[in-house]
Amino acid sequence: MENMAMALDSPVNDEPAVTEETKVSARDVGVFYGEANALRDVNIDFKVNQVTSLIGPSGCGKSTFIRCLNRMNDTIDSCRVVGSIIMDGRDIYSRDVDPVELRARVGMVFQKPNPFPKSIYDNIAYGPRIHGMASRGGELDAIVEGSLRSAGLWEEVKDRLAEPGTGLSGGQQQRLCIARAIAVSPEVILMDEPCSALDPIATAKIEELIDELRQNYTIVIVTHSMQQAARVSQRTAFFHLGNLVEQGDTEHIFTNPDDDRTKAYITGRIG
Amino acid sequence: MNTVILLIAILGLTAYGYQIGRRRALGTVNGERRRLHSLPEYHGAYVALWCLVPVVIIVFAWLIFETTIINGILVTSLPTEQQALPKSQLELLLNEIANIAAGTRQGADIDPYKIAAARQYSNLSLVSTGLQVVLVLIAGGVGLALAKRQISARFRSRHSVERMIRIMLVICSTIAILTTIGIVLSLMFEAMRFFAKVSALEFLFGLHWSPQTALRADQVGSTGAFGAVPIFTGTLLITMISMLVAVPVGLMSAIYMAEYATPKVRGIVKPLLEILAGVPTVVYGFFAALTVGPFIRDFGDSVGLSVASESALAAGLVMGIMIIPFVSSLSDDIINAVPQSLRDGAYAVGATRSETVKQVVIPAALPGIVGSILLAVSRAIGETMIVVMAAGLSANLTANPLEAVTTVTVQIVTLLVGDQEFDSAKTLAAFALGLVLFVVTLILNVIALTVVRKYREKYD
Repeated sequence: MENMAMALDSPVNDEPAVTEETKVSARDVGVFYGEANALRDVNIDFKVNQVTSLIGPSGCGKSTFIRCLNRMNDTIDSCRVVGSIIMDGRDIYSRDVDPVELRARVGMVFQKPNPFPKSIYDNIAYGPRIHGMASRGGELDAIVEGSLRSAGLWEEVKDRLAEPGTGLSGGQQQRLCIARAIAVSPEVILMDEPCSALDPIATAKIEELIDELRQNYTIVIVTHSMQQAARVSQRTAFFHLGNLVEQGDTEHIFTNPDDDRTKAYITGRIG
Repeated sequence: MNTVILLIAILGLTAYGYQIGRRRALGTVNGERRRLHSLPEYHGAYVALWCLVPVVIIVFAWLIFETTIINGILVTSLPTEQQALPKSQLELLLNEIANIAAGTRQGADIDPYKIAAARQYSNLSLVSTGLQVVLVLIAGGVGLALAKRQISARFRSRHSVERMIRIMLVICSTIAILTTIGIVLSLMFEAMRFFAKVSALEFLFGLHWSPQTALRADQVGSTGAFGAVPIFTGTLLITMISMLVAVPVGLMSAIYMAEYATPKVRGIVKPLLEILAGVPTVVYGFFAALTVGPFIRDFGDSVGLSVASESALAAGLVMGIMIIPFVSSLSDDIINAVPQSLRDGAYAVGATRSETVKQVVIPAALPGIVGSILLAVSRAIGETMIVVMAAGLSANLTANPLEAVTTVTVQIVTLLVGDQEFDSAKTLAAFALGLVLFVVTLILNVIALTVVRKYREKYD
């Protein structure tokens, strides 16, 4: 508990530039893998310019849930999603929504950095190219530079844009993946344990970056590190055994949770 | 019959050795297994191996030297005029004697000295077999006894057994390697004999191939020209046609199976495709010769083209179909080895499935796919049966797929089939062609395997 409190004192959390505009809201969302019910009755709102972290022990359904938000679960054959997820007033699971279009609006960063085996430039330019976002070469250059700058990677790689992205360090690769997600100008960015494969210094950089990005995007992050959730997020949701147990302001969840299971988890008794 | 009994005796002896080795090991420690350095089974195996190995060596020595020694003794007892016969005729004579001894050659017209020799041959064989049995039993028994005496609680039989097994493994792999080297050397020596008769330059760059050499001065049409370029171009033409079929079809089906098909469909389609690989090439051959060839010819006639009934096109098409499963199944494995995280990354920026395949998966898998195609090419070049049946024999220097061409493999077959003299340039040419074939496919395979391995290292 003491650790938690200390973590909360960090200055990152002090500026509540919070608007209460809801970007995405999930209603009665459940997920089935074949017959197995991985997630039940999740109701949660994600607000603009806020970072919401999803915490919980392994296998609690938080990664499954975050993958519902950009319909990544569609790529798994046995996976079935019920309920509705409303983004800007439209259910993203309704028939007339194209998952490809949706994913351009909802970017995602994965647990393990997964740069394409292409040059750094092409890694970033991939999304804008397939969406036809730049008609002239100069525009594409600008998008690439802008994205790399936003991801705090520009200074480190500006002289070697033609080198393969796989040659970067783990932390740089992850920031490259964040830049790649930003390049298609999404409105929401999903991060599935973005720092779990990184060392503390690279992690600190990414966390700083997340806080900067929140000025422009709605961010949802899955994390195993409660300190990280406390440092970067304004709101926190706790998942346990496929249920959304509790959600609320991060400070509230970590200092005075209502549910016993949440209390047990954040004090390290379950998980 | 004798061999079978001997074999049973050896096996029995070995099994007995295993048992007493095991029992003795347990006996030395009064059944407390933990005081033994090695498990009792290793002590048993140690004794059994010491019994088996000398026996096997003796049996092999007999197999190798028996005939030579018996023949040597037999020759010294033959009449002097027969002893002076040239080597090949002497061998014939010895063969005949062996046949008489076995009773397969009978009659009143046999020379008396041959009958005497046959009798001696039977006696020698009998003595030899007896000697072999006695030696085998002694060697087995001695080995067994010596090994048994060594067993004690601290004796490291596991180390010895494992060393012996390692040596056996090394011997096995050496056999494979030596065989390969032997084949290559024999190819090279025969090819060198050919190049002594025909210059390598003429062979590699000559434009005219007509390997029939004249036996008499007045024969016509048997010029004995050995310019292999038409054969090489024929091989190339057919290989290219087959690749034009196999690469697109194989690659597309690999992409379908790896990226689009549901597991259920994939479970059905993949084995079905692999059935193609199980069809004997000779079946493809008559499919090409009797169905595809005439069909192409008739079709050509109907649109006013003259097509040979044994066209390069027919052989190439069918060969391409044969190679589809190689390309598809290798490429499928390689595409599957591309990490899912790359696909996720592409989907997450809003790429469609086809954009993901075209711009992420295929580029990532490309080195491996190139490797699989090279392997397929080397297979197409070496493929024999289809082209023998469907490609024809005339060595035309042409790039027209509708004409008949011939390939390296076809020429090797036609040069060597039937009764041939092995000192004419015509027959020896087959070895030179074989050498070229070997070198080309070897290079292709080495490149392909290097490329594939490099790719594997990247993602594992």
